[in-house]
Amino acid sequence: MTDLTAFRAQTHAWLEANCPPVMRTWMPEDEQVAGGKRAEYVRPEQKIWLDRMAAKGWTAPTWPKKYGGGGLSGDEALILEEEMQDLGCRIPLRGMGLSMLGPTLLEYGTEEQRQTHIPKIVTGEIRWCQGYSEPGSGSDLASLSTRAVLQGEHYLVNGHKIWTSNAHLSDWIFCLVRTDPTVKKHDGISFLLIDMDDPGVRPRPIKLISGKSVFCETFFENVQVPASHLVGQLNKGWTIAKRLLEHERKGIGGIGARQAAKFEIPPETVAKMHVGEVDGKIAEPILRDHIAAYSMDAQAFQLTRRRAAEEAESGAPPGPLSAMFKYYATELNKRRYEMLLEGEGFQGLGWEGEGFSDDELRFTREWLRSKANSIEGGTSEIQLNIIAKRVLGLPD
Amino acid sequence: MALILSEDAIMVRDTALDFFRERSPITALRKLRDDNDPDGFSRSLWRQMAELGWTGFLVAEDQGGSGFGVTGLGQVMEAAGRTLAATPLLSTGLLGASLLDLAGSAEQKDEHLPPLVAGERLFALALEETSRHAPYRIATTAVADGTSYRLSGNKRFVLDGHVADVLIVAARTSGAVGDRDGITLFLVPADAPGVSRTRTIMVDSRNAAIIRLDNTPATVLGRIGGGADVLDVVLDRARACLAAEMLGSSAEAFDRTLQYLKDRKQFGVQIGSFQALKHRAAQMFCEIEVTRSSVLAALSALDEQANDAAALASLAKAKANDTIFLCGNEGVQIHGGIGMTDEHEIGFFMKRARVAQATFGDAAFHRDRYAGLMGY
Ligand SMILES: Cc1cc2nc3c(=O)[nH]c(=O)nc-3n(C[C@H](O)[C@H](O)[C@H](O)COP(=O)(O)OP(=O)(O)OC[C@H]3O[C@@H](n4cnc5c(N)ncnc54)[C@H](O)[C@@H]3O)c2cc1C
Repeated sequence: MTDLTAFRAQTHAWLEANCPPVMRTWMPEDEQVAGGKRAEYVRPEQKIWLDRMAAKGWTAPTWPKKYGGGGLSGDEALILEEEMQDLGCRIPLRGMGLSMLGPTLLEYGTEEQRQTHIPKIVTGEIRWCQGYSEPGSGSDLASLSTRAVLQGEHYLVNGHKIWTSNAHLSDWIFCLVRTDPTVKKHDGISFLLIDMDDPGVRPRPIKLISGKSVFCETFFENVQVPASHLVGQLNKGWTIAKRLLEHERKGIGGIGARQAAKFEIPPETVAKMHVGEVDGKIAEPILRDHIAAYSMDAQAFQLTRRRAAEEAESGAPPGPLSAMFKYYATELNKRRYEMLLEGEGFQGLGWEGEGFSDDELRFTREWLRSKANSIEGGTSEIQLNIIAKRVLGLPD
Repeated sequence: MALILSEDAIMVRDTALDFFRERSPITALRKLRDDNDPDGFSRSLWRQMAELGWTGFLVAEDQGGSGFGVTGLGQVMEAAGRTLAATPLLSTGLLGASLLDLAGSAEQKDEHLPPLVAGERLFALALEETSRHAPYRIATTAVADGTSYRLSGNKRFVLDGHVADVLIVAARTSGAVGDRDGITLFLVPADAPGVSRTRTIMVDSRNAAIIRLDNTPATVLGRIGGGADVLDVVLDRARACLAAEMLGSSAEAFDRTLQYLKDRKQFGVQIGSFQALKHRAAQMFCEIEVTRSSVLAALSALDEQANDAAALASLAKAKANDTIFLCGNEGVQIHGGIGMTDEHEIGFFMKRARVAQATFGDAAFHRDRYAGLMGY
């Protein structure tokens, strides 16, 4: 206990000394750092902050030191997160390397793959994207048809991925490919790491309802991938794919519990600003009731995440709780934006230009973005299927 | 605030689960109902509960209790909710014990708490006067009469009102109906002059009564005009523990429904293979889990007297209300025709749900209160 108290004090002091003041402010979406060779920094402090954190391994606090991670225990990592939250420190680096591929390689990668890829994920040198979905294979992911054929020392890859987030900004892609079309669909899939610099890989950005282009169609034409880039065994990729999805869902399920919480504007504040107040209450009683209902569900959910963490810490076997996180968190986040827009009234309806504040325009775009939460990483319907089957044991 | 139970609390929970399953299954409630039992609960069951120490969880050790706390009592309530056990635990073990413990004078405690803990004296809180929970909407008058007072007014939905030996009455010594200030609590022996009690037969087969007071002599419990301070704390305990009971009932209704989804076959398959039903089951699971977290947080915050205890009590009760409504109604729907029969037990859960929802604040009441406590 005293060790942890000391760790907290040291961490606090280090953050105080090393986190540049502008990195302790609210982080607009275009200032999120995802690293990679094509990274562009709006401010020099973003890079300074990233490099300082990466040098301590604190971009990946619990990963082993020998791969550049922070080597922290779960308790220590929680303290780091709390202290960062307390000071309002921005998350120095995010991305699919940190949230999905890294943990997967630590579990399934060869020593060489770990040595090659993990340190560059920690420092943000290489940015990764996820090549799972295809035009014909979304929820039914295992039906995917991108082909990889072993030819001597290489796999020859041909196919078409879609909804590949940030493919046009990424350096490498982890891909699910079909290596055996003759067996049951789950038994012929492999997990490949592919360098996006190969001339046969072509990402094409797609415009979203929010006006942004954060995902792509990605085409593979006679791409040659060294056989050593296969993760796990040939045709055993589905198990790895599912494990990675668990990491992805855990990440998406964490929406709302982020560091940004300190700067977040709650729906009740927005509502008071726009509809006014009577005796300290939001002047519109029905809106007030809706916001209270949302906020109470949000608190109940946060308590549930905390309970799961306490259960895990107490050494209890992992319970069924985590299965609900992705579903519940994403549905809540969508509701949060509905509440923000409802509170804003006309001011929540702007697309761009005059007549609206930056926050108002931002909320509208984020409202649109939030709709993807219950689609990406497995839809809400698929999450409910998973709960019904795995937790409740209901028949197929 | 702890969201996992201590070993002691787990032991209490397990003991209580076995106890109610064995000695007070739903058939016991059905029998009380069908026999028109004059008490509406089993006195021998209540004595056994007292022997297990549950009546003393909110009473200090020097009065014969254990002071084990709200979280512990919540575990017993949750277990009782599993079998819809009808007992005076809420009216006497929680409301009576807490009000006396927090507001009673030394003499009042000496007089009432030992027999309460022993399971020999029953209490009821006479609070509500309107058609829904409104703790400050008190019109019952209290007029000074020498050193004591005389009460006049009408009380309704008094839980265990017709079996209580002592009534704890909220009456107005000053201020207007709806004011938080000016409410005073009084002790009134149930057989005092001017008290008339009418048992009301409720849809959930549990006890409640209408109580009329006509110039009834009463002694003050606690501070004159400051009754709301004690009431607020005690009602929050009641809300959190009732939420725990409702959580138990929700989980039991859900478990039974889940089993039915696996047992019942139509179109040659188990009905649990239909996705329209699977998704609803998965949603019930989620709601039960977030309700459980809210209940644990509220119980623990009340034991610690944390600043956010009131908001968490409202959170727990509001979530428990929504969840028991969901599980009760889906329970009946998913059982189909058999769910509508009196012979099947699933309907008991939906009936209990409706009454428990209205007790100490429906979901709208608690959303309003939560928003107020949060500053909007
Ligand atoms: C913003 C965003 C970013 C994304 N990023 C990536 C990425 O980086 N890499 C990547 O590989 N993919 C990515 N995706 C793709 C995402 O994983 C898929 O969109 C998702 O899995 C759903 O597949 P689909 O779009 O083909 O929809 P479909 O599977 O066609 O689903 C259509 C509808 O049918 C429902 N449905 C389907 N099957 C069932 C079933 N069995 N039971 C009940 N309902 C069902 C779905 O819930 C949905 O409502 C991203 C998606 C979004 C929106």
